Amino acid sequence: MDQIQKNLLEQVAGLHEMPAGAYNIRANGQSVNRSTTANIDIVSKEDGSGIDIRIRSGTRKESVHIPVVLSQSGLTELVSNDFYVGDDCDVTIVAGCGIHNSGDSDSRHDGVHSFYIGKNSHVKYVEKHYGSGDGKGGRIMNPETLVELGENSFLEMETVQIRGVDSTRRTTSARLANGARLVVTEKLMTHGSQTAETSFHVDLDGADSSANIISRSVARDDSRQIFYSKINGKNRCKGHSECDGIIMDRAKISAIPEITADHLDAELIHEAAIGKIAGDQIIKLMTLGLSETEAEAQIVNGFLK
Amino acid sequence: MLELQDLCFQVSDDADKQKEIIRDVNLTFQDHAFIAITGPNGGGKSTLAKLIMGIEQPTSGRIVYNGTDITKMNITERAKLGISFAFQQPVRFKGIKVRDLIRLAAGTDIPFSSICDYLSRVGLCARDYVNRDVDASLSGGELKRIEIATIIARGTPLSVFDEPEAGIDLWSFSNLIQVFEKMHRESDRSLIIISHQERILNIADEIVVLSGGNVQARGRRKDILPELLEGTQSCKFYAAAQP
Repeated sequence: MDQIQKNLLEQVAGLHEMPAGAYNIRANGQSVNRSTTANIDIVSKEDGSGIDIRIRSGTRKESVHIPVVLSQSGLTELVSNDFYVGDDCDVTIVAGCGIHNSGDSDSRHDGVHSFYIGKNSHVKYVEKHYGSGDGKGGRIMNPETLVELGENSFLEMETVQIRGVDSTRRTTSARLANGARLVVTEKLMTHGSQTAETSFHVDLDGADSSANIISRSVARDDSRQIFYSKINGKNRCKGHSECDGIIMDRAKISAIPEITADHLDAELIHEAAIGKIAGDQIIKLMTLGLSETEAEAQIVNGFLK
Repeated sequence: MLELQDLCFQVSDDADKQKEIIRDVNLTFQDHAFIAITGPNGGGKSTLAKLIMGIEQPTSGRIVYNGTDITKMNITERAKLGISFAFQQPVRFKGIKVRDLIRLAAGTDIPFSSICDYLSRVGLCARDYVNRDVDASLSGGELKRIEIATIIARGTPLSVFDEPEAGIDLWSFSNLIQVFEKMHRESDRSLIIISHQERILNIADEIVVLSGGNVQARGRRKDILPELLEGTQSCKFYAAAQP
């Protein structure tokens, strides 16, 4: 890997060198490095469309890293990765995509990640997106996440996209069995003329299942964001979605939450708030000696931390 | 030394009529002073505090701090000159932790132990608070104490408190009194406290009565306080504000 690819890797996966545990590193459309463990196997799909990650039941305190980096301008790829997580697991999965585009053609990565999680498992899934390069070509990422969450399993999903991605359409769908729990935390910042669309669809099918979708976003300059969330409560369940947006400059954010209760004991809540940075927050930090610009940066950084 | 010279502040109401909130206020606060500003609701106390910090700009008049005319200075510049301001209703932040706010107030990356000291001075157990967000999960009283901790952390020569007692329970209130006494006793800072509370007025060196936008009385506590305590009906300072 060259320096640009290494930088991307550091941004999206926090990796300076090869990680411990299982990993698959994909650069410019090809798998460049792979490691498996006794409990975690990674195999390429026969048709070359992606990889299957199989995590054996009872695997605990192990991690899988599957970062993707693109540094070749004009490269477009569609990758499907399937995660099969057994029962009673406790694992961390770190994905992420970094695109460096210094050319004039669009670079685009569309990734579909499907999770089939068994019973009583805890999965932490972290996904970071990052773009760099000063070419006119767009840096485009369209991640799709599909989740089947088994009985009493818990998926914590953290997604972060703070810099450099020109256009993104992110779709997450989840179906939860009895006692399953899903917590999604999304952090998003757009600037320039970027566009970001994020959409959640959660079916709370099982009794005592619960979902909490928390999205925090900042839109600066002329960027545009749309947030959709749909939660369907089909059993005794709890669902909550929260979209909290800060708009700056000439940006625009839309939040379109939808909740449907199809069971008498379904408890569903949605909250959405969009606005500029509160004036009294800036004033408070200025009384501590920060300039207006420093105060604004501090507030945005905290909000997206 | 802080001097307010011929200070006026007007706002326009719904009918576009000018309303005087502060009129011709002339006050001088010496260094190392502990001054309470009191008076009826709507008398202009909070506005005066905001004018000192630069949160509001006067319509006319001058504010001079240690010989420098700061009337045109913004909030940041005044903060850097050594003025602090505690909000009546402290501001909440999503994602800024108590320790971040106190470090920002201190202006340097102070050690964890110092953050704990500041929090314990206002009666908060540091372990329970340092990693919490300064957001809606904190009660009004907790926020208020954290606000005061940020002022202690700043350690500036002049601190202005806008109704520090508002939203604080009785037990905390006793603590609060001790905090102010300690700040006054152990350092050479000046404190200006906007308050309605007799117990706060009772520890100040001087009391200023502000009513109807101007100074009705100013003097040593022993001279002003008995008059105030006689009751608002017969109090000449309050009565003077009636039209």
